[in-house]
Amino acid sequence: MQRLCTRRSRGYAKQLKAHYGYKDGSGDYFIIIDTDKCNGCNKCVEACPYHVLELIPNEYDIEGGTMAAVKEEHRKKIKYSCAPCKPITGERKMPCILACQPNAIAHSW
Amino acid sequence: MKMAQAEVKTQEYWRWPEYRRTVTEKDWRNASILTAGVDIGSVGSKATVMVDGELYAFAVMRTGGVSEDTAIKVTSWALEGTGLEAGKLHYVVGTGYGRVNVPFAKKTITEIACHARGAHYIYGPTVRTVLDIGGQDCKAIRCDEKGKVLSFLMNDKCAAGTGRGLEVFSDLISVPISELGKVSLSVDQEPPPVSNTCVIFAKAESLALLRQGWPKEKVAAAYHAAMADRIVDLLTRVGIEKDFVITGGVAKNTGIVQRLERILKIKPLEPKMDPILAGALGAGLFAKALYEKEQGLR
Amino acid sequence: MITAGVDVGAKFAKVVILKDGQVVARAKTLVGFDVLKSASDVFEKALKEAGLSRGDVQRVVATGMGRNTVLHNQPINADEVVSEVVADAAGANQVVPTVKTVIDVGAEEGRGIKVEVGKVKDFVINERCAAGAGTFVEAMARALEVKVEDMGPLSLKSANTIPMNAQCCVFAESEVVSLIHSKISKEDIAKAIHDAIAGRISSMVLRMGVEKDVVLIGGCALNPGFLPPLEKELHTNIIVPEYPEYVSALGAAVIAAKPAR
Repeated sequence: MQRLCTRRSRGYAKQLKAHYGYKDGSGDYFIIIDTDKCNGCNKCVEACPYHVLELIPNEYDIEGGTMAAVKEEHRKKIKYSCAPCKPITGERKMPCILACQPNAIAHSW
Repeated sequence: MKMAQAEVKTQEYWRWPEYRRTVTEKDWRNASILTAGVDIGSVGSKATVMVDGELYAFAVMRTGGVSEDTAIKVTSWALEGTGLEAGKLHYVVGTGYGRVNVPFAKKTITEIACHARGAHYIYGPTVRTVLDIGGQDCKAIRCDEKGKVLSFLMNDKCAAGTGRGLEVFSDLISVPISELGKVSLSVDQEPPPVSNTCVIFAKAESLALLRQGWPKEKVAAAYHAAMADRIVDLLTRVGIEKDFVITGGVAKNTGIVQRLERILKIKPLEPKMDPILAGALGAGLFAKALYEKEQGLR
Repeated sequence: MITAGVDVGAKFAKVVILKDGQVVARAKTLVGFDVLKSASDVFEKALKEAGLSRGDVQRVVATGMGRNTVLHNQPINADEVVSEVVADAAGANQVVPTVKTVIDVGAEEGRGIKVEVGKVKDFVINERCAAGAGTFVEAMARALEVKVEDMGPLSLKSANTIPMNAQCCVFAESEVVSLIHSKISKEDIAKAIHDAIAGRISSMVLRMGVEKDVVLIGGCALNPGFLPPLEKELHTNIIVPEYPEYVSALGAAVIAAKPAR
């Protein structure tokens, strides 16, 4: 990807890590997207059964491009939005994480 | 508009004063580029008028029920007395919570980007970590030497760690919000922090403490201590690199700032101007850059 | 055998006196700053209603946030404490023997419990955030300038769905004010409030999976506006027993009556 090459050639190791979510009395809930790794492939957006994610223009980089992000309406209730994929017992298979090949997405809980 | 010290029954302790100012002798009539940045927050709305990329005038007021009206009001107020009309502005950028509507803005830019840019303007190019504590949110931003965002975290879900939490407390202990921080520092010994994160529960907890005979300063200290702990938690998620600065209305609360310094063992830089303007300043600067790009001046 | 269950909640203290499996008295009171006094007063009230004295009660089990306050403390002198989850399961099983899922929404906490023959199989708790429990409805009632008990009926008058952005009690109060400014009707706002809290509770309960019969208990079960959105989110009908706010205390009384403890 052009953006990555430019960074590497300049010897940059910077990462735009976007933390979407919140911490409140009941805990810490963040979806973290490493936009250096995110290549805008949209697979996580399609994989999420609850439509929590979307692709947005990368406004933080002059070179632009797109990056995955948590939809505005879900950022404040991410604990509830992601609850169905995090059952109390049994195996946790988070479709967004499984779909992401570059490992750009992580959950803090 | 300073609060009267006397106990007035209808006094709203949580209400901070609104204000406007013209800051420089620079005459807009000689300037090439006139821009404005409008930051509509959930609690406070700020407008800056920039003349060739320098702060010329600004206004800060409480966001009303209809944010589009407040956007117009705060911008008009910033321009008041300057002789400059809104129509003469070359470019206006809006920012604030969500995709808030500043009806006369040509572009809306995220508050994260605006705060990073604005922090650089206020504090200088050495800024690498920006902590913005607003009315209903708390942001931690890592940026580079140009003010470009490298990493961010925003918590606007929960009142704990925000200005609104402080407003609730100032109302609870009947201390004007502009003095709350000072009051929290006037304890001999720091009490244990309030155990409940949730502002609603913390308020109930504090009522019980007041009933037990805790003086106002002690309760204020306990809440400020808890809030500072919470903010540090968020900051630690993105990491802190010097130079560290604080923006937003709560940057003026010495109770929070000193406790943060104590815990982080890093001294935040001293602001050269009102830190509440960071978002609006960043927006005004983006407006200049966008105008120049549009005009092919870049 | 006469036993008593004392549920010292965040807002209300409830007492149930059980005589040979039958409820002979129920009493509740607001919990004041002196928790022990509030609990003791309501205990006395229940005894009076049953025409009994403390000495007639063979065992007392306490539950709820303030349960340790009454453990071995006069005049209640509870013999044992059990967690809310355990008491809820026992109580729900007593009133609805076919229960498999219990939802308990109180003043400060919301709980989901999976039950198998009265025993806890799994549970999920939504705690430490006022937006997840009854406090939310109360705070919104204040913002709407409506009595708490009128919130439910008001919400049932609306057929509209208006999303609430704020997920925090404090911020929601401001949002309600701005919704009023935008001329949204009180009925619609009340419905939005109930939809919001039902959404949060059901999200948590879905983490455990929902199995019928589903029973709703706790103070919020008294709110008629709470049931419809909850049933909608969980895609199932929900049973609300009589005196739902007493079910936890009842559970404690049932546990007290169990032999060989």
